[in-house]
Amino acid sequence: MTKGAASNLLFQSSDWNFETLARTYDAIETIALDELGLDVYPNQLEIISSEQMLDAYSSVGMPLMYQHWSFGKRFVFEDHLYRKGRRGLAYELVINSNPCITYLMEENTMAMQALVTAHAAFGHNHFFKNNYLFQQWTDASAILSYLEFAKKYIIKCEERYGTSAVEEILDSAHALMDQGVFRYRRPPRLSSEKERERMRERLEYEEQTYSDLWRTLPPTTAGVDPSEVERDVSERKKALNLPEENLLYFLEKTSLILEPWQREILRIVRVVAQYFYPQRQTKVMNEGCATFVHYTIMNRLFDQGKINEGAMLEMLQSHTNVVFQPAFDDPRFPGLNPYALGFAMMQDIERICVDPTAEDRDWFPEIAGSGKWRDTLLDAWANHRDESFILQYLSPALIRKFRLFLLTDEADENYCEVASIHNERGYEAIRAALARSYDIGANQPDIQVMDVDLLGDRHLRLQHNVKNGVFLEENSRDATLRHVRHLWGYEVSLVGIDMESGDTLYECSTEELSD
Amino acid sequence: MPNFIDRRLNPKDKSLGNRQRFLKRAREELKRAIKERVKSGKITDVDAEQNVSMPARGVNEPSFQPDNNTGERRHVLPGNREFAAGDRIPKKASGGGAASAGAGTGQSEDDFQFVLSREEVLDLFFEDLELPDMVKLNLKESVAFKRRRAGFSASGSPTNINVGRTMRNSYGRRIALHRPARREVEALADEIAKLEKEANGTAKHRKRIEELRQTLEKLERRRRRIPYVDPVDIRFNRFEPQPLPNASAVMFCLMDVSASMGEREKDLAKRFFVLLHLFLKRRYERIDIVFIRHTDEAGEVDENTFFYSKQSGGTVVSTALEEMLRVIQERYPAHEWNIYAAQASDGENISGDSERCASLLHDELMRLCQYYAYVEIIDERETEIFGTTDNGTSLWRAYRTVDGEWPNFQMTRIAKPADIYPVFRKLFGKQPSVQLRK
Repeated sequence: MTKGAASNLLFQSSDWNFETLARTYDAIETIALDELGLDVYPNQLEIISSEQMLDAYSSVGMPLMYQHWSFGKRFVFEDHLYRKGRRGLAYELVINSNPCITYLMEENTMAMQALVTAHAAFGHNHFFKNNYLFQQWTDASAILSYLEFAKKYIIKCEERYGTSAVEEILDSAHALMDQGVFRYRRPPRLSSEKERERMRERLEYEEQTYSDLWRTLPPTTAGVDPSEVERDVSERKKALNLPEENLLYFLEKTSLILEPWQREILRIVRVVAQYFYPQRQTKVMNEGCATFVHYTIMNRLFDQGKINEGAMLEMLQSHTNVVFQPAFDDPRFPGLNPYALGFAMMQDIERICVDPTAEDRDWFPEIAGSGKWRDTLLDAWANHRDESFILQYLSPALIRKFRLFLLTDEADENYCEVASIHNERGYEAIRAALARSYDIGANQPDIQVMDVDLLGDRHLRLQHNVKNGVFLEENSRDATLRHVRHLWGYEVSLVGIDMESGDTLYECSTEELSD
Repeated sequence: MPNFIDRRLNPKDKSLGNRQRFLKRAREELKRAIKERVKSGKITDVDAEQNVSMPARGVNEPSFQPDNNTGERRHVLPGNREFAAGDRIPKKASGGGAASAGAGTGQSEDDFQFVLSREEVLDLFFEDLELPDMVKLNLKESVAFKRRRAGFSASGSPTNINVGRTMRNSYGRRIALHRPARREVEALADEIAKLEKEANGTAKHRKRIEELRQTLEKLERRRRRIPYVDPVDIRFNRFEPQPLPNASAVMFCLMDVSASMGEREKDLAKRFFVLLHLFLKRRYERIDIVFIRHTDEAGEVDENTFFYSKQSGGTVVSTALEEMLRVIQERYPAHEWNIYAAQASDGENISGDSERCASLLHDELMRLCQYYAYVEIIDERETEIFGTTDNGTSLWRAYRTVDGEWPNFQMTRIAKPADIYPVFRKLFGKQPSVQLRK
């Protein structure tokens, strides 16, 4: 190797320092922005130790989080797996914020740091900034200051009302976290710090000026005709905007027994749940995008002679581990690996654009052979979530490669039936079923607030829309209902209605539940 | 150029608060687990880290979850080899791994173990013993260390410089590098001065002075370049923490194992022994435990047999004391060992033997022992009757006489865990007056 070629290398040993990190970052940035056309938030790379990584894990990956015992439980769990050597730590953690924060572990070698930089600081970062779900449903620039506010607020509440009182509210709110997101309606933007401050001041003012005397006034019930009451009820229902899918939102706004600080805590939990909602809908795309980006960038760096064979082999080894997909009967099978599926689909799109077969031209007439794989991918990353992405882009070639098959499983049969396999008749069915399995709306129980008689016994009626006859797990359901009652203050009942026939399948109420 | 931030020096243990909250939440379950462990484990094991399994109650986080045993669901799985459309795979059969794959993905967080630190274990163990906080603190405290000289090191703080060693190194280096001695330089300077005084102006003379001056300058340059004391010479005294030398102690556990001692009695006795062991462990580096059980005959046994095996027969307490005496004479001479004894019994004894026990204690054992504790385990209902009175079993009455005479003898009746601690109160109270270390 000539001297000129050697000096072209970004780094040679596996040790890293801030100089090599910065040099490598710049080289990666050039490729990412100029060649791939990525568009990213400014980056902030933070070096942390493995203990700090474990800490970050247990507080759902956020740098700031309020305190709760469930995070301690998660920590104990992760710590145990890590110490037993059953699970390695992630090499990186990235936060959807502006600036985009990426954690790099100090134990990583320089080659790994380069890989992680490309993966998180450009792959994930681009996805966060450009995907429509993140753009519409989360507010990257506000999340960190909001979490800081949340943490301080909850500490303040603990000092004022006691740890156990706050914990009870948090427990109940966490139980409803899955039902605490707006799926169809866009959530209101996080208001600015100042506005929140003002709202809180107003609440505090209301608390101070509340006079118990008003309650003692005699009711003016003289001569109210029933039709008026009925009209009131329907108006009230309309005012409450029922049915409502966001249980936490409904309870926060409508519950009659909550104190202002308790409402604020519900709101905090709801905002956190909402913030993570897009991530759950784009697991395959997000990881696929990041993996594709790091793979492409690393290969370009190697082609340019900026990293040596040793580093490249190291990266390829961990890349291969990440995209490993064991077969369904393998003891290691944990489900479809989102990294593997996402990465394979992105590569497949590149192949279809550049080097299509006749079959691809049949299936993807718009993009096959167009050669514009970068634009196609950028467009897909921006405008899809997992469900629509798979429905749109999963090709027969890939179904054959993964040897995917569709299994139907009916509870009252003692066998599972193979419905489709990777053949001409099965492609469409497999693609549709796989896409559906990534549709959170379809897989999570659909539970809505249907009715509440505020003028009468204030009984809160929830409805579970049962799809495909899948009921709720009973112990957990009853425990969760108790949490709803805790927040609502009055009896709560849940009715299971079959989506297709409209029949009532089951009914349960907190009145019947023993504590 | 991105913004790099080094967070490695930030405080770790951000999750510590969360961990404590979690333990508090799971306290009842964990306490039960530790209690079980004390019951089934060895006495010496209590004072260490413990693995406990994730408690099932109190810490589950419910939410609305689909029930995997109902309705119709569809799975897309990779890696098909032999299936064709329409094949049926029986559930639960070996080939039907696919069916369970869908259900089994939600790996349970419940079936794993995690480690409680020694402090956390002791906290849980102490909880219903009602120890005063001071005592708890004392017990949790680890062994004291003393710093001891241990050779020299090349780094350290300036106060620890060892001058002798440093100068020796400096001297050796000066010799090795031929640093001119001051004596040499001074002699040369004197000679130059002398020659200059003579000043006879001959060329030879001037040349001689010139030569000497050059040599002098060379020597001085050399002295400057080779310092008298160089940083490499410096040596520091090195200190190592060493545990304080503690004498050894032996702890005798005596227990009646006749049929009248049931599960509850044995459990209480065990806690009593564990606590004594903790107290002793704090003071002594090395503790031997001797287990002596007795019915109508006594024998030294291992811990397992001591607590778990049953024996039938009458009850002759003095046999145990005799056995203890024998073991002391054989293996634990009193001038080398601190001897502690703890006896647990339900107070039953064959008639006439209690007096013999008392005299054995009076005449022999109490002279040898640092401390002798006797607990009589009684029914909770009996506390009302006996309470503080002197009447009771014959053994109790006989021991009362010993109690009056020997300050290091303690006896009490216990019916519940909280009663155990008072037995030890005196042991702590007299700590300054009685010399415990030999």
